[in-house]
Amino acid sequence: MIEVRDLHKTLGTQRVLCGTTFSIEEGEAVVIIGRSGGGKSVLLKHLIGLMTPDSGKVLVNGEDLACLNERSLLRVRRQFGMLFQTAALFDSLSVFDNVSFLLRRERRQTDGEIRRLVAEALDMVELAGIEQKMPGELSGGMRKRVGLARAIIHRPAVVLYDEPTTGLDPIAAARIDQLIRRVWGHLKVTSIAVTHDMKSARTISDRILMLHEGEIYASGPTADILSSSDPVLNHFVNGIAEPRTAPIN
Amino acid sequence: MIEAARSLRYQTPSCREVLAQMYFVGVRSQSVVMTTGAATGMVLCAQTFFQFHKFKMESATGAVVSVGMSSELGPVLAGLMLTARVGASMAAELGTMKVTEQIDALRTLATHPVDYLVVPRLIACTLAAPLLTAQAVVVGIGASYAVGIHLLGISGPYYMANIDRYTDPSDVMIGMIKATVFGAVIALVSCYKGLTCSHGAEGVGRATTDAVVAASITILVSNFFLTVFLTRLFAP
Repeated sequence: MIEVRDLHKTLGTQRVLCGTTFSIEEGEAVVIIGRSGGGKSVLLKHLIGLMTPDSGKVLVNGEDLACLNERSLLRVRRQFGMLFQTAALFDSLSVFDNVSFLLRRERRQTDGEIRRLVAEALDMVELAGIEQKMPGELSGGMRKRVGLARAIIHRPAVVLYDEPTTGLDPIAAARIDQLIRRVWGHLKVTSIAVTHDMKSARTISDRILMLHEGEIYASGPTADILSSSDPVLNHFVNGIAEPRTAPIN
Repeated sequence: MIEAARSLRYQTPSCREVLAQMYFVGVRSQSVVMTTGAATGMVLCAQTFFQFHKFKMESATGAVVSVGMSSELGPVLAGLMLTARVGASMAAELGTMKVTEQIDALRTLATHPVDYLVVPRLIACTLAAPLLTAQAVVVGIGASYAVGIHLLGISGPYYMANIDRYTDPSDVMIGMIKATVFGAVIALVSCYKGLTCSHGAEGVGRATTDAVVAASITILVSNFFLTVFLTRLFAP
């Protein structure tokens, strides 16, 4: 369904992606792990055409995103939903207007149907009845859940999650993980998340890809990756820092 | 600008968004623009009177104020006030949306930022600017009449007769065309600066300043070329 071939991206002077190659099949629940600042979010933005690669291809159902202009990309993005690290809710719009944004832009449903779909989406993320609240009145966890409701209301084929649990307390993070798993199970979507939260990765994925120095260093079932004896994987999964050799002044 | 034109071709702009922007740009700018028009009309009347008084031509004051306000000062000053009030706000709003990933969120929701953010603002500014300019001109001439007749002692009927005699409909037309162009300039420059702002609070601040400076300079420079072009176009 999604195929990334030899992707290269340089931001400023930093080479972020250096020949990244992998593919994701329909219905998979995949997590991309890697160090902070290692290019995970950049990679995720390439999958939905928010960034253009320097070279290489991102194929979605065989269509190369790099060959499409911004207006053609809108059609492809209709198949995606995305939850941003900061939720990225439109802060001048109410929760209802945020969640119903795409449906109201498309004008395919009546107002009554849209109200029902918004209520259903909010119910799915356990936030029923908050339609009239503004994003500024919500906690971080609630904002992420509203962001998730907005990402899934149009029943996308693929949902992308950018650091879904970052900045949340452990209970709120666990709740988001459960929701991601529930969305994947109930809506039969392809789920792709980037995170460095290993507890989250364990819960929400069936397969893990590790991005290391701009390339996919390892790929495999979640249990295999988490129990790997490979030093790079093992250090990352268990949070073992490299010993510091330089003296502290 | 090209993308905005393309958007108008492919997408019908949302009435709700256009009306919301019309309210913000048009209704809420009235007090600023009218105050500017009144102050300009009064000072222009007084200065013209003091200079014309030397040649006993005081009754021509109204004509100078009327022509000056209609074709030059009205559109330029209303444009500059709109840049300060509306342009700065647009650049800051869009810049903040950019740095908080709201623009990216918009794109993931299959919505082109130009369709949703730029086009309604462009339409609102292009429609509101000439209306606000007309308001500034009328208030300016009214204020100059009050100063001229009641403070400076110019004859009321002569004042009005000279306004009527020397103000050509083309002067008003030139002013309205200029205001329309300035409205589009304010929206396009401010939205462009907002959508291309760099990261962080500093980036938003710089985008806002750049938008005001760039739009103001564009208005002042383009005013000269518009004056030359439109005056020749409407020449009898």
